[in-house]
This record gives sequence, structure tokens and C-alpha cells, in this order.
Amino acid sequence: MKTPLLIFNENGIYCEAADVYIDPWRKVDKAIITHGHADHNRWGHKQYITHHDNVPIIKHRLGNISVSGIAYGESFMINNVKFSLHPAGHIIGSSQVRVEHQGEVWVFTGDYKIEDDGISTPFEPVQCHTFITECTFGLPAFRWVPQKEVFSDINSWWASNQSEGKTSVLFGYTLGKAQRLLKHLDTSIGKIYTHGAVENMTNVIRPMADLPETTLITAAVSKEELKGNIVVAPPSAHGSTWIRKMVPYETASASGWMTFRGARRRRAIDKGFVLSDHCDWQGLLDAVKATGAQKIISTHGYTDIFSRYLRELGYDARTERTQYEGELNELETKKESEVDG
Amino acid sequence: MKRFAELIKKLDSTNKTNVKVDALASYFKEAEDPDKVWTIAILSHRRPPRPVNTTLLRSWASELSNIPLWLFEESYHIVGDLAETIALVVPSSEQHTEKSLTQFLQEILALKKKEEPEKKEYLQDNLRELNYYERFVFTKLITGGFRIGVSQKLMTRALSKATQIDEDILAYKLMGNWDPNTISFHDLVIAERAQDYLSKPYPFYLAYAVENEVSELGNVQDWSVEHKWDGIRAQLIIRDGHLFVWSRGEELVTDKYPEFHQFIDQIPNGTVIDGEILPFPNGRIGSFNDLQTRIGRKTVSKALLTKTPVVLRAYDLLEWNGKDIRQQSYDQRREILETLYKEYTTNYSNTDNLTFQLSEKMYFDSWASVEKERAKSREKHSEGLMLKRKDSPYQVGRKKGDWWKWKVDPLTIDAVLTYAMRGHGRRSNLFTDYTFALWDQEQKELVTFAKAYSGLTDAEFRQVDAWIKKNTVERFGPVRSVTPELVFEIAFEGIALSKRHKSGIATRFPRILRWRQDKKIEEANSLEDLKAMIPSKE
Repeated sequence: MKTPLLIFNENGIYCEAADVYIDPWRKVDKAIITHGHADHNRWGHKQYITHHDNVPIIKHRLGNISVSGIAYGESFMINNVKFSLHPAGHIIGSSQVRVEHQGEVWVFTGDYKIEDDGISTPFEPVQCHTFITECTFGLPAFRWVPQKEVFSDINSWWASNQSEGKTSVLFGYTLGKAQRLLKHLDTSIGKIYTHGAVENMTNVIRPMADLPETTLITAAVSKEELKGNIVVAPPSAHGSTWIRKMVPYETASASGWMTFRGARRRRAIDKGFVLSDHCDWQGLLDAVKATGAQKIISTHGYTDIFSRYLRELGYDARTERTQYEGELNELETKKESEVDG
Repeated sequence: MKRFAELIKKLDSTNKTNVKVDALASYFKEAEDPDKVWTIAILSHRRPPRPVNTTLLRSWASELSNIPLWLFEESYHIVGDLAETIALVVPSSEQHTEKSLTQFLQEILALKKKEEPEKKEYLQDNLRELNYYERFVFTKLITGGFRIGVSQKLMTRALSKATQIDEDILAYKLMGNWDPNTISFHDLVIAERAQDYLSKPYPFYLAYAVENEVSELGNVQDWSVEHKWDGIRAQLIIRDGHLFVWSRGEELVTDKYPEFHQFIDQIPNGTVIDGEILPFPNGRIGSFNDLQTRIGRKTVSKALLTKTPVVLRAYDLLEWNGKDIRQQSYDQRREILETLYKEYTTNYSNTDNLTFQLSEKMYFDSWASVEKERAKSREKHSEGLMLKRKDSPYQVGRKKGDWWKWKVDPLTIDAVLTYAMRGHGRRSNLFTDYTFALWDQEQKELVTFAKAYSGLTDAEFRQVDAWIKKNTVERFGPVRSVTPELVFEIAFEGIALSKRHKSGIATRFPRILRWRQDKKIEEANSLEDLKAMIPSKE
């Protein structure tokens, strides 16, 4: 039997014909990187290939690496295998990877969402034979509402805290979610302050996106000054001494996991907004259908459940184990807070 | 219903007690009277009987959501709450219902007697028309209690805030049998009755655990020592020919312990006793498990009364001859209590099995001998010792200084994590319920011996949860077997042989003491090690 175009080995997703890896979790020579989150973008590869918007992001994270930037839709050949990157809509600079060899086409999604978030290039379905998809939220319990409604809720929450003389503290992971929040906060209500980790990453992204003014919270910023305004911080800041400066405050988290009542209560957060950078259940099903693929491989999330359902719909669907951490949502409160949705 | 659903949403979306009380209090000010009565009923575990079993409910919900039953079940395992699953999975509606809470509950009451097709139609029609939160609330009304961190006590406090009626008086008014379908808000809550004041308890005085060396508490001669009994702390009130039993949660539990009814004739009016309710099968102190069979019941059957009778072991006296004596010294209060006890026992030749017992007070001449007494706690069926300053008044709430609890150290053993299940409520979607195993004699197989749900920090739970997701061997519905690799030190309070357990051993209150990341599974203990811990007389 012919070796599949992409295989899953101990290092990551491997294309033997091109001798190149996609989002490998161990050190390799040549790596195509879908996006900047830590579980997809690891340290130590000899050469990185990624979308050019992602170049400053991964340089910021990994330091001095050898990286080449590519535009969406621009194809490049490695050992007779044709590669191209296509918008995944997950965060700024995120891509799906299309791989074509001897008439066969595979697509790996990395992480993705269907909804246009107003900051990342919107997702585009890519026709293929085999579709490798994440399914972090591959359960019918997940159903997103349009972000316009979510942001209207977030902004009214902010305004209501302000009327009570409180500071609003909104948690979202540093790369992606934080900028999406910034972009849609209603600055007519008040000023936006940031935690250092968010401020640094936002400065990296500013040249590529139109973002509102933010003020870094330093020792010079007084408690009085913060009152009634909003602070955007990584989830790890919750429960730290840093947050004491905001007293009196209300906390909220923006994540797909906020769908579950237990998730919010477990974190002792005052309010949860359901806002994800991944697909919901219907989004995943629509994405699968739009590719025209017959073979579907699920990589991370509720993979077994999603694959079984796809098989009932008539697809040739299976699951592969990877080290992407979509399901490990709880890591978002650890030091790198960006594995979530 | 709209207002009630909004209330539940508010209660559910805060962890702050004050916010909950305020939300409830303003609900009690604004809602219609019949709805208020039903809200009180629901929050005090008086929900209507379940009209539909959950198997049918699950199958109808999956049909309505247009997904296969297995997919609905998987979602349920992950979400961890049936009503929440139904609310999430059933297609959303933008509508609001105009029906009142009372109307819904009357329909649900009537539904029980209907035929299955009618039930199905009723449920599906309503689920289709309600919005997310109303759907959640509606399903909760059908399936069972609201676990939203609102105790009966908190609800009573809010009602007190809304009506300006004393909290303890309200607690008394809300006890016993009343039917939310027939009683009015006025009769239940507002109407004044002189006897309401008879039941009023005193706040309990609670002890802190000893922090440092006991000798630092000073001269041993200043201290009175008792065993710390493992039952339910209770206050017994006898006033004007009535008996009231309050548990430490300040819940009125008189009806649950009919054994104590005889005290009305045996103990003079104007007496309030602080003591411990203990299970006493076969004339000796039973295990806390025995007591648990009694706690959950509203009414107690004759069979259960014979199988698991309870006694009151008294340790303090708060009111005597109708007078509050809490400011007298512990020694003085004990003296009156002991006189009372002596009078009570004059009618009996054998005092061992009486329903009213005295918790023995002990004096020691050195802390070393106190420590020796503490070492006997397990054989005396106590959890350790209570140290009370002889000249201390009976204080209010948890106060440092005069009373201390000095528990025995738990037994511990190193065991291997073998199965994991998702938690419920706050922990749903996280693997936090673990099964642990010990080695068999040949150190070949791991034998399950205990389940534990607590003891790790939230951060550790997240770490273990992540590990479980990566190291799952097999899935059995909500349960996953995992690669035997992680070792935990398990602590427990008691141990006994048991026929019901596969390992042949039952442990009391097992919990995780710590994660032994330094140990390999070969270093975990064996069943033989565990058996060696059983006290020899058993």
C-alpha cells in the first residue's frame, strides 16, 4: 500500500514525500507552522515556514529563528510536493495547510473558526480529498451566538460595572483572544488598560491590525485611575497579587468553555462570555462538508465522538493522536494561557 | 417563569453570598405570592414528584435535538448535568414564556397522571418554546433540585431580609409539612404565631483545630478534655412542652429523630442542650455511615429506627430554667448538666443504652497523658479530643482561644490511580473523581480499594485531568481506565473488614493527601499493608 501523504509520527504530522513536518511537537529540520499558539509553534526547529503575519509573532515568542513568510494562496514546492497556506480565521496569521502530491490533496486546519472576527483573515474552505480537522468543541452542546451579540453583552457588563464604581477585569489569552476583545470593546465607555503580557503581544500585532489605544498597568497607574475602566489580562492573572490593584472589581472570562456553568464556577469568575476562536459543532460539520472530502481525520478535542458521528453520516472518519492541546482547556490558567478557545 | 428564570440565572452567575441574598430578597419583594411560595418550596427541597423518568426525558430530548441518543448521552457525560445538557443541545428559541412559575408547576403536577404520549408532547412543546435559561429551569423543575449554591439557610436569610421577620422564626415557620399548592404566602410566612418563638436556638460555639503544640495552650489544669464524637452536632430545645432539634447547619431536624420525643416528659421545660447525635446500633456507637441512612430521610420508618437508633451525647447546657446561662463558666454549666443527667438516670438501673447520654469530661495532670488519651480515640469511636477551658463562657460562632479540637492523624497508604470519572457541578468536564488500587499478594495485579474526590488543589486537578486525557486506555461511558502510572497518598479516618468491597476492606472518608510524584507504581502499597492497619479486636 502507498504511504499516505501525511502521517502522524512521534514528532508530529509528517509529509514523507517532502520530508517536512506540520506543527511538529519535537525538534525537526523543516516545519510548516499554522499559527503562533504554543502547542502548534514549538521551539528548536531548524527552519520555520509560516504566513507572513505570523512571522513577527513567532519571532517574538521564540527569538532568533530562521523563518520564511508566505502569503495566503501562494504555493511553494518542496521535493515535488506542492504546499500552500489558506486563511484559518483562528487568530491573526493563522493558516490551514494544503498539501498536493500526484493529484491527491490533503488539508490540515490547525485551529480554525468560521466566523469573521474582524481581525483575522476570514476562514476559506479548501477543496480536498482528505481533511485533517481539529474538533476542540466537537460536541452538540457547543453552539456559538454571533460575536456582535457577545460584544454587546460584554460592553453592557462593562458599563454596568462602571455605574457601580467598579473596575472590569476581562480575561482572554494573550495571543488572539486579547486582541479580538480589544478590537470590539466600546471605547466610548472608558479607557482600556492591559496586563504586561497582553500589552507586549498587542504591540507585536498593531502593525497588522487596527486596534484601539491601550495603557499598560505599571506602578505609576493608580487605583483611582482604573476605576470604571476595563482591564484586559491573561487568565493566569486571576488570583494573582497583581489583580489586587483593581479592587473593587468584577471579573469575566471570554472563552468557548464558558458554555459550561461548571467551568465558570470552578474558576470563581463573576461572569462568563461564550466567545471562541474555534468552530462550534455546526461550524465543524459545515466546514467538513464544504471541503468535499470523503476522508476526515480528527486530531484534538472530542475526537472519538466527532469521528463516530461523521461515520454515521457516511464519511470515512478516524482519529489520530497528537499533542495539540485543544481539549486541555484547563491549561489556560497556567503560565502560557493560550490553549483555549 | 421569566422572573424565576432570571433569578436562577443571577444566583447561578455569582459566587458571592451577599449578591445571592440580595437577588433572592428582591425576588421575594417583587414576585407574585403563589410564585414566592413555590420558590420557597423548591429551595427547601419540596419539589413536585418527578412526572417523567430521565430515560424517557433523554430520549425525547435527543429526538427533539435531531441527534442520535448515543451522542446525547456522550454530551450528558461531558456536561455533567441533565438539565444543562438539554438546555444546550435542544435548538435555541428566541421566545419567552408568559406562563407563571405556579402555572408551570401545576402543569407538572398534573402531568404525572397523564399517558406517555401526552407527556412527550407537553415536554417537547415547552422545550421548543423556551429560551436557553428557561429551558434549563424548566427541566430542573422536572428532574430535581437546583444545585446553585443556595441552601435553605441562605434562602431563609433572604426571605428575612425581604419581610423583616427574624430568620430563626422563619426557619421554624418553613419547617414541617405544608403544601405549596394550597398554602398562601400569608399563612406560610407572614402570619404571627406565639409558638414560633419557642423554637429559637442559640448560635453554636465552634472550635478551631489545634495549630501548634498543645502544651502551648498553657497549664493543663485549666483545661477540660472530652472525646470528639463523630456524629451530628445538635441543639436540643425543650420549652413549654415542645421539643425542637436544630442541627449545626441551623436547620430544624426535629422530625428526623423521633427517639428524642420522649425528652418532653423527662427533661424540664426551659432547657437547651448542646450535644452530638450519634448512631447507636446494638448498644454501641456505630459508624457515620449508619447515621447517613438517617440524615437524608424526612420521615423515618420503624425498621430503620430499630436498625439504626440514635442517641444524644450531651456536652453543654445553654439554657436552664428558661434562663440563658451561656455567660457562666464551662465548669458551672457542666455541673448543672451533670445534675440534670443524674436526675434523668434515677429511673433506670442500667444507663448504658439510654437515649440521653453524657459526653464524659476528663481532667489530666500533664499534656503527655492527654496525648495518651488521644491515641485511644479510634478504639473509643471518636475523631480525637476536644479541649475546653474550664472557665470559658459559651461564645458565638467560630472563636479562637477557649475551645480547640485536636483530631487524630488520619491513616495513610500509597495507591495507584486506575480509573477516572468526570466530576459534577463545579467540576463537570474535569476528571476529578478517581479510583485507586493497591497491589495483590504477588504484586501482580492492582485491586481497587477506594474512590476519592478531594484533596488536590485546583491546579493539581487540572494537571491530573490533562494527564488522564492523554493516558486513557479504555472508555466505559463516563469512566476511563488509565495507564497505571500515578501514585497518590490516600488518607482515611477509619478502616474495617467489609463484604461489600472487592478488596474486602472499607475505608471511612478516603481522600487524597498528596500526589506522590516521587514514587513509581512498584512502590505503592499492597492490600496486605492495608489489612495490617485494621485494629486487632475487629
